[in-house]
Amino acid sequence: MNASTIGHLVQLSFIAGAALFVIGLHLMNSPATARTGNRISATGMVIAIVAEVLFVIQGGLGLGNWVLLIGGLALGGGLGLRMARTVAMTSMPQLVSLFNAVGGAAAALLALNDFIALDGHRVLAGGVPGLDGWRTLFIIADVIIGSVTFTGSLIASAKLMGRIKGQPILIPGGRIFTWLLLVAALSVSIVMILAGAGVVTYDSHVLTLLLLAALACALIFGVTMVLPIGGADMPVVISLLNAFTGTAVAMAGFVVGNVVLIVAGALVGASGAILTRLMASAMNRSIANILVGGFGAAEGTQATLGSAGGTVREVSVDDAAIQLAYASKVVIVPGYGLAVAQAQHGVRELADLLEARGIDVSYAIHPVAGRMPGHMNVLLAEANVPYPQLKEMDEINPEFERTDVALVVGANDVTNPAARTDRSSPIFGMPILDVDKARSVIVVKRSMGRGYAGIDNALYVNPKTGMLFADAKRGLQELVAAVKAL
Amino acid sequence: MTTDVLIADLTVFVLAILLGFEVISRVPATLHTPLMSGTNSIHGIVLVGAIGLAATADDPLTGVLAFVAMAFAGANVVGGYWVTDRMLQMFKRRPAASTDKAVR
Repeated sequence: MNASTIGHLVQLSFIAGAALFVIGLHLMNSPATARTGNRISATGMVIAIVAEVLFVIQGGLGLGNWVLLIGGLALGGGLGLRMARTVAMTSMPQLVSLFNAVGGAAAALLALNDFIALDGHRVLAGGVPGLDGWRTLFIIADVIIGSVTFTGSLIASAKLMGRIKGQPILIPGGRIFTWLLLVAALSVSIVMILAGAGVVTYDSHVLTLLLLAALACALIFGVTMVLPIGGADMPVVISLLNAFTGTAVAMAGFVVGNVVLIVAGALVGASGAILTRLMASAMNRSIANILVGGFGAAEGTQATLGSAGGTVREVSVDDAAIQLAYASKVVIVPGYGLAVAQAQHGVRELADLLEARGIDVSYAIHPVAGRMPGHMNVLLAEANVPYPQLKEMDEINPEFERTDVALVVGANDVTNPAARTDRSSPIFGMPILDVDKARSVIVVKRSMGRGYAGIDNALYVNPKTGMLFADAKRGLQELVAAVKAL
Repeated sequence: MTTDVLIADLTVFVLAILLGFEVISRVPATLHTPLMSGTNSIHGIVLVGAIGLAATADDPLTGVLAFVAMAFAGANVVGGYWVTDRMLQMFKRRPAASTDKAVR
């Protein structure tokens, strides 16, 4: 077999890999087929990797290159495997963020290598006119997007791990500094693309320095972009960084001339973009607004405090247990507070008891009930909640009218009816779970403290609502005991 | 980069984005976390680029770049697929215990 035939076979393997990625993602459309889908996608990955390895072996590989290949893969793969096996489901957002970081960085390294080691800067310095402007565009886009993703995701991950505080961190003049970094990076890019297109001519060392300057700006920009963003906005940030990584990988595909990188990058970019939009609209905020940051710290959100008025009705554990045990339809509304209190198993135990009494139980999951899109579903699945009981917002909202008891645990802003009715509320227009339409409501909550938006929840003073003041985990344990005793 | 290659690559890029939107819009919100971690592993395909890099590295600088790229992309691929599988096996139609009883 000659070299060009092998080259074509490798290309065909790449197409097969790309096709398997698409088929795998398609099977993610149902929990019943999703696991198979992921395995099909992994098969595509193995085919592409094996093909590339065979290709470079056939081209002749020195000992040093073998060491790089196997050593790098063993080290990275080993660490990745270890993290994947040990990570707690509550820490999933950190891990996804970390994988975003390394994926983006690897993509940026491909472009850096192409520019520094191969003929990139020498070609540019020669001022070859025409299409090398495009190549420069892909190189610089890959370097900038990949670097922003790298540092941005590391900061997001550190925030989620609690290594640095989750609250918005605002530095005086920080926003202007962030914008200046972006402007600087873009200006350098334009100069380099012009050089690539042969419009202007620079020495190769100058061009290398320019690229390193853009790299530095992008790395710092990633940090200053994510630092001011609060913990509860993380679902949007992670989705956006996921889209960035995909784009960086696609750009890397253009740079190294590999179609499977382009396809995979485009798929990930599309996925990240869809999730970013979904998360932003579930929070009723524009992406720009979140990136500007500091929701909790913003002025004006305190204006409506104390306007809810009305009285709060407290309910005892025994009364709540009776209400639940004699209902025919119960909807549980879990929020991130449930995960923080590690009460997923408690809620499932209660649901089992109620189901054993013939009660129809389901869970109403708001899109942002967690630290990444869909996070709450994974946490409940881990606690053995069967997935047919996990209902999306649009699916469950019409059912609240037929619900006897809605049990709210650890959720606040996403149940606030002010989002539907009060035009002056900062969360007005945010899609919420229509908990107040249930015949009665029980809210398990430690205190009357406010949620992320820093506003009062009109649900708590609704005459239908009984407040059960307790820590989510202990409150549920007591409810379980009380229902058992009935 | 020739015009032909550029046009061919751009065609693939645009069509793949449209295909991605079409396929991913059908994924239910219940599975958004596994979806994200699954697409996460897909972008580990940069490993293919990193392998090419490791194969051509011939001085200390490119050697370091290649090694880091291999390690990063390797962690991305292996960790990403493993953790996605770990999550997806938890999604069950019926609770684990009662499924066992139903089978017997």
